[in-house]
Amino acid sequence: MKKINKNSLNGFINYGIVIAAFVVLQLLLNRGALSNSLQSLLVPTCCYIVMAVSLNLTVGILGELSLGHAGFMSLGAFSGITAAIALQGLIPSPALRLAAALLVGGLVGAIGGVIIGVPVLRLRGDYLAIVTLAFGEIIKNVIMVLYIGVDEKGLHVAMSEAGLHLAEGGVTIVKGPMGAVNVPKLASFTAGFLLILVTLLVVQNLVSSRSGRAIMALRDNRIAAESVGINVTKYKLMAFVTSAALAGAAGALFGLNYSSTVSSKFDFNTSILVLVFVVLGGLGSIRGSVIAAALLYVLPELLRQFKLAEYRMLIYAIILILVMLCTNNPMLKQLMDNTIGKFKKQPAAAEKGGAQ
Amino acid sequence: MVMPKREPTKLVPVPSTNIIPERDVDKSPILECRHLGIDFGGLTAVNEFNMAIGRTEIAGLIGPNGAGKTTVFNLLTKVYQPTRGTILLDGVDTHSMNTVQVNKAGIARTFQNIRLFNNLTVEDNVKLGLHNHISYGMWQGLFRLPGYWKGERVAHERAMELLSIFDMAHLASAKAGSLPYGAQRRLEIVRALATNPSLLLLDEPAAGMNPSETAELMENIVKIRDTFQIAILLIEHDMSLVMGICEGICVLNFGQIIAKGTPDEIQADPAVIEAYLGKQKEG
Repeated sequence: MKKINKNSLNGFINYGIVIAAFVVLQLLLNRGALSNSLQSLLVPTCCYIVMAVSLNLTVGILGELSLGHAGFMSLGAFSGITAAIALQGLIPSPALRLAAALLVGGLVGAIGGVIIGVPVLRLRGDYLAIVTLAFGEIIKNVIMVLYIGVDEKGLHVAMSEAGLHLAEGGVTIVKGPMGAVNVPKLASFTAGFLLILVTLLVVQNLVSSRSGRAIMALRDNRIAAESVGINVTKYKLMAFVTSAALAGAAGALFGLNYSSTVSSKFDFNTSILVLVFVVLGGLGSIRGSVIAAALLYVLPELLRQFKLAEYRMLIYAIILILVMLCTNNPMLKQLMDNTIGKFKKQPAAAEKGGAQ
Repeated sequence: MVMPKREPTKLVPVPSTNIIPERDVDKSPILECRHLGIDFGGLTAVNEFNMAIGRTEIAGLIGPNGAGKTTVFNLLTKVYQPTRGTILLDGVDTHSMNTVQVNKAGIARTFQNIRLFNNLTVEDNVKLGLHNHISYGMWQGLFRLPGYWKGERVAHERAMELLSIFDMAHLASAKAGSLPYGAQRRLEIVRALATNPSLLLLDEPAAGMNPSETAELMENIVKIRDTFQIAILLIEHDMSLVMGICEGICVLNFGQIIAKGTPDEIQADPAVIEAYLGKQKEG
C-alpha cells in the first residue's frame, strides 16, 4: 500500500508552485508584459533558487553552517563555461551543450565538495564556518590568476597568458583577473526552470529516504546517531557533496547567462546573500528557500523602478530586518497559525512559507 | 506491584571470577569485562571492573551517585576508549572498534539524559534504529527505484511492530520532541531495540516515572528479554525495579566493584549497606 504521507505531499506542492510560477512567467513573457530588466533577472533568479535550496541542505538539514557556498558556484561557473566553449565542435546543439556544461559544473562542484569536505567536516560549528569562508575566498583568488585556453590539442591551464602556449586558432577562455570572456549565452529561462525541478527532486527525495533520515539524525543528536550505528562522516559528506554539486550546476547556468564573468562576482557577499535567503525562508524548509530566494533576489531590482531608486539598498536592508523581526515575533506567529489553521480546513489551500 | 512469577535464579561461576545465571552457563557469556579501567588525567574513574553477563540475563549496575556507572556504559559503547582491560562481546575483543562498529556488533544503549531525534517523527526515530537493516542505498532513494519502496515498506512494518511493544503505534506520526517524558524514555528503548542488539544497555530507564509507569516498564523489560532472547544491563536508582527484575547485580562505588550477586545477597551485603547508608557508629 502506497500512502501519500505529509512529506511527499509537501514535495508535490513545491513542484506545483514552481511549475505554476514558470507557466505564469512564460505567459507574461510571450505577451511582452515583462520589462527588459525583469527579463534579465529570470535566469539569475533560477540560479539563486537552486543555490538557496542546496545551501539549505547543508545548513538546515545537515545543520552545519557553511559560509563558502559561492565558492562551489564559482567552480561550477568557470568549469561550465570552459566545457561549453571546449565542446563547441563536439556538440553543436546549444541545448545539449548547456546540459553538458551543467553536468560538468555539477561534477566539478562535487569534486570540490569532496576535497573540502573530507578534512573540514571533522570540525564543528564556528570552526567549520570559518574554514568554508576561507575556502570561498581561496577559490576566488585562485581563479583570479588562472588562465584557461583551448586549441585542437585540448585544454591548457596556466598561471599567465603566455604560459598557455596555445596553437594557431586556439581560444583563451578564462583570462585571469578579466575572468571568462566571449562566453556563449546558452542559458535560458526554461533551462533554469528545469534545473530547479531537478534540484527539488534531488533534495526532497534525498531528505525523505534512508540517507536523508540519517543526515537529519546527525543534526538532531550526533551522539545518539552514532549509538544506533550511523556513520557520521559518510552522511555528512553525502549532504555536503550533494549541496556542492547542485551549487556547481547553478554556477554553470549563471556563468553561461552573461557574455563575461569575473571570479570576484562569487565572493563572501554572495555566500551571505544565499545564506540570508535560507535563513529568512526558514532553516530546513525547502519551500521557504524557493520563495525567499525568488522574492529577495528580485526585490532590489523592483525597487529600482520607483522614485526612491538611490535608497533601494537601504530599503532592502530594512525589509530584511523587518522580515527577521516578524518571523520571530510570537504574536505574529500566533496570528499566522490561526489564519493558516482556517485555510487548512479547506483541503486544497496551500499556504506558502509553511514549515516543511 | 504485580510481577509475573519467575523461578528464582541461581548464579554460578563461569571461568574467571564472574557469575551468570545457571540457565546460561553452558553458553559463553554475551559480555565479559576483564580488568576494565579508565583514567581521566590523574583520576581513576573505573578500575578493575570484572563482569560477565549471560545470554538472556537481566543484570543490574547500581551504586551511589558518581560511582562510575555511566562511565562503564560509555566504555562498553566506546564513547571512551578504556585505559586498561578487555571487553569481550560474544567472545570478540572490541578493542579496535568505535561506537558505530560496537553497535553493529550488537550493543545498543539508551541515555541517562534522553537523546532522541527531536525534530523527527516517532516512526522516523525507530526507522533510524533500523538504519543498518534497511538495505537500499542513496541512488535507489534519489530515483525512487523499487528497492526504495520495498525497503521503506519493510521498515515501516517493522517500526510499527516494535512500537506496539510499548503501545506507541498510535504516536507514530508525532514529533519525538513533543512526547511526554515517560514516552520519550520508552521510545529510546524501542529505537535501541530496532538496531537488533544482543545486549541492551539501559541507563536509568525508570528515571522520572511514577510507580505505575515503573511497574509497567518492569513488565516490558522482562517481556523484551523473553521475546528477543537478549541480555539486558541496566543502571537504575529505583531499588524496587532493580530488586524486582535483575538476576545478577553488580554494585559500584568510587569506580570499584564492591559486591556482586543475586538481589537477596546484595541486600544483605554489609559493604553495600555501608556504601548506601554510611557506616554505623561503633558502640
